Amino acid sequence: MNEIISSIDYQTEIPTAAHWSLRVRRGSIMRITDLKGGANVGMLFYNPENLLERYNAPDTLKCQHTFKLTKGNCLYSDMGRIFASIVNDTLGWHETVSGNSHASHVESKWGARDYQNDRNDWHQNGHDAFLVELAKYGLNAADLAANINWFSKVRVDGEGSLELVSDHSQAGDQVTLRFEMDTLVLLHTCPHPMNISEDYPESNVQIELGVAQPLTDDDYCKLFRPENARGFQNNKLYHIGLGV
Amino acid sequence: MIKESKLQPEQAIERAVVRAGDYYISLLKAGETIRILDLEGNQAADTLFYCSDNPAERYSAMDTIREQGNVYLTTGSKLRSNENNVMLEVVADTCGRHDTLGGACATESNTVRYDLEKRCMHACRDSWMLAIAEHPEYGISKRDITHNINFFMNVPVTPEGGLTFEDGISAPGKYVELRAEMDVVVLLSNCPQLNNPCNGYNPTPIECLVWAAD
Repeated sequence: MNEIISSIDYQTEIPTAAHWSLRVRRGSIMRITDLKGGANVGMLFYNPENLLERYNAPDTLKCQHTFKLTKGNCLYSDMGRIFASIVNDTLGWHETVSGNSHASHVESKWGARDYQNDRNDWHQNGHDAFLVELAKYGLNAADLAANINWFSKVRVDGEGSLELVSDHSQAGDQVTLRFEMDTLVLLHTCPHPMNISEDYPESNVQIELGVAQPLTDDDYCKLFRPENARGFQNNKLYHIGLGV
Repeated sequence: MIKESKLQPEQAIERAVVRAGDYYISLLKAGETIRILDLEGNQAADTLFYCSDNPAERYSAMDTIREQGNVYLTTGSKLRSNENNVMLEVVADTCGRHDTLGGACATESNTVRYDLEKRCMHACRDSWMLAIAEHPEYGISKRDITHNINFFMNVPVTPEGGLTFEDGISAPGKYVELRAEMDVVVLLSNCPQLNNPCNGYNPTPIECLVWAAD
């Protein structure tokens, strides 16, 4: 298909206020597209072979001397390995420091979650969405970590004040991940916790899954930072005996 | 914001010097105040807090910075849990700014940050691992180890989205003081890092002082 993606083999649409989890194999591609603009996709990663190994936002940021995530950045576990690298990105800024909306946030802004009246248009929150997916693997709140909020930009001024930038992601904006090890992916499409829009925000996204082209020595993510070259070395060590 | 404390060390109910590369783990009851004192300056104290009844509820950097709308911690900062409850409040601070984005050093992240062959250098996470292994009574396991506070560390975020590690802004005798709003377990690693300026390349002791509730 192109120099990064060999094939796209599956596609689905995740509606607003939903959650999902799946095991993604090493060498897979996940391409996420904001369908309506203003999406927020919360995401966490775990190692299915050792669920204690999980996405680590502080290590990801400090290893790459960055506060934002974009093309070239790798997403690290707490064990110095790379779950996934960002091989394409139309936005230039996704955030990983603000966490999730809680039931209390959603209720105070847009009213309580009410399945009986709203059915699947209910006001789900990101924290509870993750708890549901975690429980499917025998995990609970003790296994939570700082998540990524794809499509959301949080800016910091000189005094350290945080601000969610409105109208950041437009319909068609897209981020593409290449998985560098087998990964359990948890995701939700609940509102960003700092979103103050009048109505409960829509966050419909398309998710495509496929196969990545083989990793090359001049890979953009690998060369993006010297730290990433060492991260890929750690993955290589982890996969000794499995072949290329 | 700089704010000095009126508490007197001679009235403290507990005083513990934590040598460089060692840990401190202790129960802090609701209403009690802990002071973390940088004895020789430029030292980083990597700290986690747990609800003592249920360690799955614990300090959350993300909930803390989001609810206060600022990435730095100082006087007035309310430290929140992953359930978004207030666990402690910073009641005095002579340093002015503390980091909670940079996380702790681990032998594994050291391989990425510095060199693959530095995997055997001592790191904060190893101190935490020893602390929870030697103190099973707190019910804390590796699952519960998450994103900490780096007291005395200076990690500025730029408006363009960069993250830098600057020399510490602490100095001998600077301190931060926290009052517990619930019973919490304090788990602290006095950082042994030798590869970056967070300790001025010279790890030194800190002291933890605890005062009873008013």
